[in-house]
Amino acid sequence: MKNEKRIMTLTGLCIGVIASLLVLFGNPVNMGYCIACFLRDTAGGLGLHKAEVVQYIRPEIIGLVLGSFLLAVFRKEFKPRGGSSPVTRFVLGFFVMIGCLMFLGCPFRTVLRLAGGDLNAIFGLAGFISGILVGLIFLKKGYSLKRTHTQTFVEGGIFPAAQIVLLVLLVAFPAIFFFSEKGPGSMHASIAISLVAGLIVGALSQKTRMCMVGGVRDVVLFREWKLLIGYISVFVGALVANLILTAVVPDKSFFKLGFEGQPVAHTDGLWNFLGMMLAGFGAVLLGGCPLRQLVMAGEGNSDSAITVVGLMVGAAFAHNYGLASSAAGPTEHGKIAVIAGIVVVGIIAALNTFNKKGE
Amino acid sequence: MKIIDARGLACPEPLLLLQNAVNSKENNYKVLATCPAARENIVRYATKLGFKSDVKEADGELEITLSK
Repeated sequence: MKNEKRIMTLTGLCIGVIASLLVLFGNPVNMGYCIACFLRDTAGGLGLHKAEVVQYIRPEIIGLVLGSFLLAVFRKEFKPRGGSSPVTRFVLGFFVMIGCLMFLGCPFRTVLRLAGGDLNAIFGLAGFISGILVGLIFLKKGYSLKRTHTQTFVEGGIFPAAQIVLLVLLVAFPAIFFFSEKGPGSMHASIAISLVAGLIVGALSQKTRMCMVGGVRDVVLFREWKLLIGYISVFVGALVANLILTAVVPDKSFFKLGFEGQPVAHTDGLWNFLGMMLAGFGAVLLGGCPLRQLVMAGEGNSDSAITVVGLMVGAAFAHNYGLASSAAGPTEHGKIAVIAGIVVVGIIAALNTFNKKGE
Repeated sequence: MKIIDARGLACPEPLLLLQNAVNSKENNYKVLATCPAARENIVRYATKLGFKSDVKEADGELEITLSK
């Protein structure tokens, strides 16, 4: 196996194991990592939505951005760039989150749910791949959000700097934020453990360009397996860790095979599929999954920073307007929002593929 | 030599431009790019197609020369 793929395999295994350990240390089951859920929790912690069960400033997110930032600076890859259709990216980020919260997980958590035995995630994964395939049709025909331009150090540095401010406030003045007293938002590892886990995964993802969307995309477009190997390795790492932890840790299950009664999940296969189809379609047009957007924001990409803000605003809307699913299943408003999202993302894809005016 | 200007384009667009360009069956290409991942992506893909790659970087811009 070539060196690059060996590093990718080890990285994926390592990230998978870290995800399971985060559950051991207090995160919700099958949610050691979930970029969508954690951005949603952080939006709630900041008071952008009032869903009392999903509010917490997740240090994993802060760590991911800073881990990427620090390694990018070290590798001389911190390059402030931006200006490639930022408003369009904001809207795509918004709807990717609507799709994720229909399914209750991002592409990353899809793998972790599968590794925890949650078979509902098969529908999510199938939808995710379908969404990517639809997006690739546009990419092959020339879809582009146009060129980025070099930005100032300040423009690229604001997002990582904001993470440091958030971390300081979280440690020094936690009372100013909103924290869940019950539900998934109340379940978390300590700040130090979450932060270190974030830093490690952020740095590893910066180094390897780990991306869930890119994994499927590169195999289809270029027969290139590197990123998909990472995705599969996360699954294997988390699965093995879950099975071991279930055997050795009393009173806590990390693996339960089946559809019913899975943690922070519902059993509506059609809407699990359509939610993740929207997420995959939107994310492939953005050039990367939510994890990758955080990592690129750490590298100074202000377009990715705007995308992350779009994801967070999407999460706020999802909970303020009852669009997000719960263990009871999807909501009627959520179904309408997902269909509207697929239509809007489809229009954005078409207009940026076939409309060549203004170039 | 065919020049592919992918500066400012995010991955995978530089690679898609190269993929379309190699249909012209030339022996030499030059790819200009700024996306950090382009370096490894372009070189890996070109190696698969039997090209030799030479990467230069100046002022944050990559200049990748591919030749057979």
